[in-house]
Amino acid sequence: MEYINIAYVISAICFIFGIKMLSHPKTARNGNSLASIGMLIAIVSTLYGGEVLNFKLIGIGVLIGSIIGGIVANKIEMTQMPQMVAIFNGLGGGASALIASAEFYTQYQNNLSTFMLVTIILSVVIGTLTLTGSFIAFGKLQGFVSGKPITFPGQQLINGLMVISIGVMGTYIVNTPTEINFFYGILIIAGIIGVTLTIPIGGADMPVVISLLNSYSGVAAAATGFVLMNNALIISGALVGASGLILTQIMCKGMNRSLANVIFGAVGGDTAIASGGQAQELNIKSYSTEEAAMIFDAAEKVIVVPGYGLAVAQAQHAVREVAEWLEAQGKQVLYAIHPVAGRMPGHMNVLLAEANIPYELLKDLDEINPEFEDCDVALILGANDVVNPAARHDTSSPIYGMPILNVDKARTVIVNKRSMNPGFAGIQNELFGFDNTIMVFGDAKDMLGKLMSDLKEL
Amino acid sequence: MDMINILTVFIMAIFVGNEIINKVPPTLHTPLMSGSNAISGIAIVGAIIATKINGELGTYLGFVAVIFATINVVGGFLVTDRMLKMFKRKK
Repeated sequence: MEYINIAYVISAICFIFGIKMLSHPKTARNGNSLASIGMLIAIVSTLYGGEVLNFKLIGIGVLIGSIIGGIVANKIEMTQMPQMVAIFNGLGGGASALIASAEFYTQYQNNLSTFMLVTIILSVVIGTLTLTGSFIAFGKLQGFVSGKPITFPGQQLINGLMVISIGVMGTYIVNTPTEINFFYGILIIAGIIGVTLTIPIGGADMPVVISLLNSYSGVAAAATGFVLMNNALIISGALVGASGLILTQIMCKGMNRSLANVIFGAVGGDTAIASGGQAQELNIKSYSTEEAAMIFDAAEKVIVVPGYGLAVAQAQHAVREVAEWLEAQGKQVLYAIHPVAGRMPGHMNVLLAEANIPYELLKDLDEINPEFEDCDVALILGANDVVNPAARHDTSSPIYGMPILNVDKARTVIVNKRSMNPGFAGIQNELFGFDNTIMVFGDAKDMLGKLMSDLKEL
Repeated sequence: MDMINILTVFIMAIFVGNEIINKVPPTLHTPLMSGSNAISGIAIVGAIIATKINGELGTYLGFVAVIFATINVVGGFLVTDRMLKMFKRKK
């Protein structure tokens, strides 16, 4: 029994060094491999840990899981990465809830300690709400559930009542564990809370939700570790919990909103449009790709600002082609990545990496903002709220105070959008009416394709 | 192992996590998420132990947990590797 704990320590070291190596793209891939070796060590030593295990059932389970996991990992499009991470978060939470439930079911008639019962309940509650919440998040990202916030009267009150009822039933179970019906009650209510906490959150706030669910899946694993008194689960769960929480903070900072505001604010619904105030008439100049090509031809320095629209249009390769052509003409091309661009942290970076764009050219908010001053063209592809200058000066705007990319400082701003529909925050963008802004409407991929042929014809 | 010991381990691990994760650059945040997802698949260890229990339902709950956690581990590490392979320097 002693050597299994040593093996778990070795696994934990592999995980920690693995994550540490993620601090640079050069070492990141080896770091991931190291973490997977740590996982293998943990699994193998558990199998040979001396306990009588149901090897047949475990074998079947591992086989099914490996086939599903392997297929998903190989087939998934980079643009769908947020959906996949959402589902995986949910499965992690679900696994933890299942393990804690199994432990409770087989032992509730024995005298379980208060500590055990409390950790079992915590693990089941967090795990279950992670599972249902993640499936709602997946549905929103995939378009099965409306991306708009879904709210109903008394939502907060009902959430509060559900949390209280879990507390009451939990206390009951700790005192009399044989009341198994209360256990089922907790399970069901935790599942409902996962849904009611996720449906009021708008599409643009998804990066926060996914990070938060990521954190929950780690906390659920750690809680299960307490149930089983297992260090491997506790350490790994704590690492993942911390990781998700840090990303959540970064995302909230990127929107200048508190976590409470994201979860309970339901931004993007009717309230946001109402407080967005009078929709002033914008004087918009719509250009063709030929006219845009001439502007690019005269430019020296171009900054590309990708947003969710780029992911939807799968336009990452088209961007690379245009950028390479411009670079071949001796022009400089950089990319401005806002922390909350896309639907999850780092979403845009992965897409552009897929298109073979070197990561050194991808600049974050603080790095790129001074660069707009001497930039000839800022090309905005399917981004909206992250480039809305109202965030700097309009105190009545719902996005006031959010750090934005100062694209309006560029000599010419070329905005590609599919239509004049406002962004997810549901507010009009004054940038589109600026003197130095021109609009080129259309799907990002089509537009870049046409731009490419127009550039070649010049 | 007593309660205080494992609580100490938990809190220390949070501090370590905080230190190392803050150093991950924004460009690698998606791989960080999918990679940490794979690591949270460590629940597979608990799932394996849960299947040994002879209480019918408990065993099958453990079995489903094994499937869920394996998807997390295998899918998570593979997709992270697929992504990290794409991050290239300038030629």
